[in-house]
Amino acid sequence: MTCPVRQPVRMAIFSTPDHLPVVRAAVEKMCELLGFSSALAGRVMLSSDEALSNIIKHAYRGATDRPIDVEIAPVHDGGRDGIRITLRDWGAYVGREQMRSRDLDDVRPGGLGVHIMCEYMDQLDYQPAEGGGTLLTMVKNLPEKKEVTP
Amino acid sequence: MTPPTPDGPASDIRRQGDAVIIAVQGDIDLRRSVEFQQEVLTVLDERPARVVVDLTAVPYMDSSGVASLVKVLSRARRQGAKMVLCGLNDRVRGLFEITRLDNVFTIAATCEEALG
Repeated sequence: MTCPVRQPVRMAIFSTPDHLPVVRAAVEKMCELLGFSSALAGRVMLSSDEALSNIIKHAYRGATDRPIDVEIAPVHDGGRDGIRITLRDWGAYVGREQMRSRDLDDVRPGGLGVHIMCEYMDQLDYQPAEGGGTLLTMVKNLPEKKEVTP
Repeated sequence: MTPPTPDGPASDIRRQGDAVIIAVQGDIDLRRSVEFQQEVLTVLDERPARVVVDLTAVPYMDSSGVASLVKVLSRARRQGAKMVLCGLNDRVRGLFEITRLDNVFTIAATCEEALG
């Protein structure tokens, strides 16, 4: 499938939950333009939303006035098109090893976001960012064959 | 506890027999999940025998919304109330499935089924 979008979208948002719907809408639209099914777009959107929520809650400890840079980009890797979402914050470094997913048999609130991201995204990479904070890169590839919506 | 606000996510409440039906409106995410939880817990203060949480008008929910519902379910069980979710769209249902909470909650396809 020919990717109709070549350039990334970049947004500078604040660490307020009020900005989450804006990013969700952008992620969903980019997924749509890249040819993702509605079901897969929903999974990518949810994963990016969980990642942003974790930044707000953990890296910035609930502060609503801190910066987050968001990049939503088409990727073409190994013959497959996909979407890459990069989130950069300047809060406390929160690496993958610190983002614990809980045992799903333990029914209690919390700890589900990381599990969702790991299940739904093909790549999830946390790196310390230059100058402090965390750079999170998430990638979701389009299915190799024409997708059948579950 | 503060009663539901007129424009809160769970402000549309009606009673039918021994059941309370809460029609939730809009996205339930980090922005609104705390308010949503408080509103539903306020309804539980009335100690209904059955609580139906109608998610028909919820296009999107994240894990904070699910966490709120887990807290509400825990409280409902302690009170001996039956809690049923209904009207989940495919995306919201998928969230319950990926977190394996579809086996923990009672999920009905429609409100009529939830009340049956």
